[in-house]
Amino acid sequence: MSPLTRREVLKAGATSAGAVALPSVAQAANAAASPAPARPPVRQRVALEVNGRQVELEVDTRTTLLDLLREELQLTGTKKGCDHGQCGACTTIVDGRRINSCLSLAVMNEGARVTTIEGLGTPGRLHPMQAAFVKHDGYQCGYCTPGQICSAVAVLDEIRDGIPSHVTADLTAPPALAGDEIRERMSGNLCRCGAYANILDAIEDVAGAPRRGADA
Amino acid sequence: MRAFGFERAVTPAAAAAAAARNPGAKFIAGGTNLLDLMKLEIETPAHLIDVNALGLDSIESTDEGGLRIGALVRNTDLAGDERVRADYPLLSRALLAGASGQLRNRATTAGNLLQRTRCPYFYDTDQPCNKRLPGSGCGARDGYSRQLAIIGHSPDCIATHPGDMPVAMCALDAVVETVGADGGTRRIALDDFYLAPGNTPQRETVLEAGELITAVVLPPPLGGRQVYRKVRDRASYAFALVSVALILQDDGSGRVAVGGVAHKPWRRTEADAELPRGAAAVAARLFEGAAPTEDNRFKLSLAERALAAALADAQEASA
Repeated sequence: MSPLTRREVLKAGATSAGAVALPSVAQAANAAASPAPARPPVRQRVALEVNGRQVELEVDTRTTLLDLLREELQLTGTKKGCDHGQCGACTTIVDGRRINSCLSLAVMNEGARVTTIEGLGTPGRLHPMQAAFVKHDGYQCGYCTPGQICSAVAVLDEIRDGIPSHVTADLTAPPALAGDEIRERMSGNLCRCGAYANILDAIEDVAGAPRRGADA
Repeated sequence: MRAFGFERAVTPAAAAAAAARNPGAKFIAGGTNLLDLMKLEIETPAHLIDVNALGLDSIESTDEGGLRIGALVRNTDLAGDERVRADYPLLSRALLAGASGQLRNRATTAGNLLQRTRCPYFYDTDQPCNKRLPGSGCGARDGYSRQLAIIGHSPDCIATHPGDMPVAMCALDAVVETVGADGGTRRIALDDFYLAPGNTPQRETVLEAGELITAVVLPPPLGGRQVYRKVRDRASYAFALVSVALILQDDGSGRVAVGGVAHKPWRRTEADAELPRGAAAVAARLFEGAAPTEDNRFKLSLAERALAAALADAQEASA
């Protein structure tokens, strides 16, 4: 067999590239003919208030509140961790209550009032909880921090409102503003760096709770 | 996530009508379980009917002296309600033992009843699961079954119901109220609400297509000492390995329902009758006919010990 010329190699390459392209065309045809064809995306308008600002926009119905904040409004302080309600990084405050924004559709939040980490404070005017996290070094990488802070702010409101928790000893008495109450209530916010001890210090500082041991 | 249409219903009748108009539609309330499953394409509704504006979010006294809990009452609000805390502490305790603060703020009473199993094979679309894909087999039975059912299951499915709230409601003899797609209403005892898996584990409750839960009714308060004891792998924010809902009266009689062991809160009135004879007697009757796997056989002794601990808690509370 005579060795292939450079021209022949290029030609063969082009042919095989064509051959490679063919199956993907065939797959697309198969997908179109499959018994469960993809449904076209549905778009819908939603109006809500985010950090005091009225916003109205049209979104794919599949858009979560988290993705609306991050991708449509560029409020990237709210973080996407697990996207399944397990880690708490996406915690925001909606109508006064903390929720996992990854498990709420944007279109379910018509008329809602949403507060994100950007709405709590600014670099020049920190919310007391933000200042306390800085003071107590309540983070390492910082990825879970916006969710931790939004959650912590809401936790203190929940205790003040008398909402009981799993560790509340007496269900008929107001819950105490104490470390074990705060720990239990923060269990939906994971920190893979393990800054929990300092996070608790920060929240207790803002709460004015009795401190554990000596305040070094 | 698969694309879907979306509408907000404003009356229960309109919600039922929307369900009748849209085959394959699902109601969405808190969304904390449904959206999780939609992201994994385990749930693929073509249409969602948002029921949050139906006004079913209040807790009212009934003429019989009990409580009617609207389907959309959030877990946080139900657990924190003063009447529930005072008269049905078992229910508050069960709710507060479940999920996280963020999830309880959104999760609803009806949605909690309808949450799907957390069986790892149901969640893993790369594995067989008769509940997710009927006829594909059960990966759990000979697989990782530590968290799964020890009783009431079938060759096709050993999934457990993951809820805490329904375990308390079962012990309290709660009744589920619904409205059907045809506008008809009905009342279903919670103990009759869940279907045994049999060979149709994809059918989990007696609800018909388009039937909407409107409320859960609690009978008048039972008094006694009420204890919810949950055993799990973490101190907080984890599903139960086993949980015990106990109501113990001064004369030693009472009721017990157990979570984490079956497709539904597990209760047998003949086991209730054994309460004066202690945890071992109750557990023997409650788990008669149990068929655990090698992985979850420990739940038999764990449930008995959790029951003994709950009885001790109840007796201590009365001392």
